Amino acid sequence: MSSQTLSTILFLVFVAATLGITFWASRQTKTAADYYAGGRSFSGAQNGLAIGGDYMSAASFLGIAGIIALSGYDGFLYSIGFLVAWLVALLLVAELMRNSGKFTMADVLAFRMSPRPVRTAAGVSTIVVSIFYLLAQMVGAGALVTLLLGVTSETGKALTIVGVGVLMIIYVVVGGMKGTTWVQIVKAVLLMGGATLVTLLVLGKYGFNLSSLLGDAAAQSGKGEAFLKPGLKYGTEAQGLAGKLDLISLGLALVLGTAGLPHILIRFYTVPTAKDARKSVLWGIGIIGSFYLLTLVLGFGAAALVGSKAMDAAGNTAAPLLAQKIGQEIFGEVGGTILLAIIAAVAFATILAVVAGLTLASSSSFAHDLYAHVFKRGNVTDKEEVLVARVSAFVIGAFSIGLGILAQGQNVAFLVALAFAVAASGNLPAILYSLFWKDFNTAGATSAIYGGLVSALVLVIFSPVVSGGKTSLFPGADFAWFPLSNPGLLSIPIGFLAGWIGTKLSKEYNSAKYAEIEVRALTGVGAEKAAEH
Amino acid sequence: MTTRQHDASVYEQAQASERFQELKRRFRAWTFPMTAAFLAWYLLYVVLSGWARDFMGTKVLGNINVALIFGFLQFVSTFGIAWAYSRHMEKKIDPIADEIRHEIEGRTE
Repeated sequence: MSSQTLSTILFLVFVAATLGITFWASRQTKTAADYYAGGRSFSGAQNGLAIGGDYMSAASFLGIAGIIALSGYDGFLYSIGFLVAWLVALLLVAELMRNSGKFTMADVLAFRMSPRPVRTAAGVSTIVVSIFYLLAQMVGAGALVTLLLGVTSETGKALTIVGVGVLMIIYVVVGGMKGTTWVQIVKAVLLMGGATLVTLLVLGKYGFNLSSLLGDAAAQSGKGEAFLKPGLKYGTEAQGLAGKLDLISLGLALVLGTAGLPHILIRFYTVPTAKDARKSVLWGIGIIGSFYLLTLVLGFGAAALVGSKAMDAAGNTAAPLLAQKIGQEIFGEVGGTILLAIIAAVAFATILAVVAGLTLASSSSFAHDLYAHVFKRGNVTDKEEVLVARVSAFVIGAFSIGLGILAQGQNVAFLVALAFAVAASGNLPAILYSLFWKDFNTAGATSAIYGGLVSALVLVIFSPVVSGGKTSLFPGADFAWFPLSNPGLLSIPIGFLAGWIGTKLSKEYNSAKYAEIEVRALTGVGAEKAAEH
Repeated sequence: MTTRQHDASVYEQAQASERFQELKRRFRAWTFPMTAAFLAWYLLYVVLSGWARDFMGTKVLGNINVALIFGFLQFVSTFGIAWAYSRHMEKKIDPIADEIRHEIEGRTE
C-alpha cells in the first residue's frame, strides 16, 4: 500500500471519529450557551488541550519545523514568541475575561460602554482577523495536499479546499462549540503523539545527544555554525537596519497578538469558572511549550537527515519527510511509509481543527454581536440567535472556500502575520484598557479597534509583502513606502495611543459600570455559570 | 443566579471596601511588574538575536550555544512564571475573592 492511500485511510478514520463526536455533541447543544460556549462544562485540562488544538496550526507544525530545517535557529524565534504570548493571556486576560464576558470578545467591551458602536467595532475586527487567518489555513491545505498526497491538478487542489471547508462547516454548524472543542482535543492528542514519536526516534538515532544532532544539522545544511544562531532568515545582515527592526516588529506582534485573537479568547468561556480558565491556560502553556520543543528537534532533524534539496522551497514538507526518513532507517521501507502516512494525516487533522475554531469565532461574533445586539438591539430569542449563528457559520465557511480557491498559489503567509498584528494593535489595547482603566469609554474603544485595524492594514498594503519585491503579492508593481513586512512596531503603539486619545476626547464616564466590571472581573460575582444537563 | 437584580450601588460599595482595594492591590502589584519583567526579558532576547549574533553564537556545551540556552531559558521562565502566578492566585487572591463574592451574592439573593 502506498503512503498516500494509507494516509487517506487514516485521515478518513479521523474524519469519521470526529463526525461521530460532532453528531453526539449536537444532541447536547440546545441553548445559546451550549452552542457558543459548549455549555461552559469543559474541565480545565480538556480546555487546555483544546487551546493547544486551536493554537497549534499547520503553520506552527509544518511551518516552524520547515523554517528551522531551512534557516536553522530563526524558526525557534517564532516558537518562543508564540509561547511567551500565553503569559499575557494568563496574567492579564483569561480569568478577568471569563468573569466579565459571556460569549464573545465584544461582551467585555460592551459591558460598560455604549453597546452598539463597540460591538460593531469588535465584531468587524473579530471577523476580519478570523477570516484572514482562515484564508491562510485554507490555502495552506491546498498546498499541503499537493505535497503529501501527490495531487497536483488545480481541480484536485480546489476539491481539497472544498472538502476541508465542508467538514469544517459540518463541525461548526452541527456540533457548535462542543463539537469543535472535541475535534480540537482529539487533534491535540494526535499531534502531540505524532510529534513525540518522531522526536524520540530522531533523538534515539543520535544517542539522545542534542549537541551531536545540532552538529550534524549544521554540517548538512552547508551553512555551518551560522545555522545554529539567529540571522539566516529574519533581519539578515543584508537587509540592514530595516530587517532588524522587522524582527522586533514580528516579535512584538507575536507576543502581543495571541491575547487578542478572538478564536483563542472565546475558549475561556467554555469552562465553568475563572479558576478553570486559569487551569486551562496552564495546561495550554504546558502542551504548547512541549510541542515547540519537539518542533526544534523535528526541524534540526530534518536539516540533518532529509536535507534542504529534498524539501519544497518553503520547508513545509520537512516534518513529513523526516518521519518517512527516520521510519525507513529504523523500521525499513514499510515503517517509513507508515510514519509518513501518520504525520500527513495528523497535518490534515491539524488544519481542520484550526479552521473549525476560526469559523466558530467569526460566526459567533456575527450572530451574537452584530445580529443580536446591533441589528436587533438585543430583542432576539436564544433559538433565533443560535439559528443565525449556524447560518452565518455556513455562509462564512462557503465564503472562505471560495476565497481559498481563488487565492490558491498566492503567497498568503503574510495573512497570519497580519491577523496577529491586527489582534495586537486593535483588540489587545481595547481589552486591556477596558479591564484595567477606569476612564476608558466608547470613543476610546472604537478608536483603539479601528485605529489598530486600519493602521495595520494600511501599513501592510504599503509594505514589501504586497509590492516592490520578488516575493511580493504583486511583484510587478512598487508602491511600498513602509519598509517593514510586519506592521506591529508602529501599529501596536498606534492602537494604544488611539484608544487613549479617543478616551480623553470624549466626556463619557460611568463610574458605576466600572465598579461593576472591576468587582466582577476580580471576584467572579455574577459570572456566567455552567449549563446543567 | 442572574445579575440583573444587582444594584450598581452594591458594586460601588464593594469596590470602595478596604478588602476589595487590598485584593486589587495584591493582584496588580504582582501581575503588572511581572508582565513588564517577562516582556523586557523577551525583548532582550529578540534584540540580542538581532544585534548580538556573535555573542548568541558563542558555544557553551559542544554545539549548544548561547542562543539555544537563551531560548530554553525563555521556556523555563514562561513555565516558571505560569506556575508562580497560579500559586500567587491560589494563596493571595482566591481566598479574598471568594469571600467578597459570597458576601455580595448572599446579600442580593
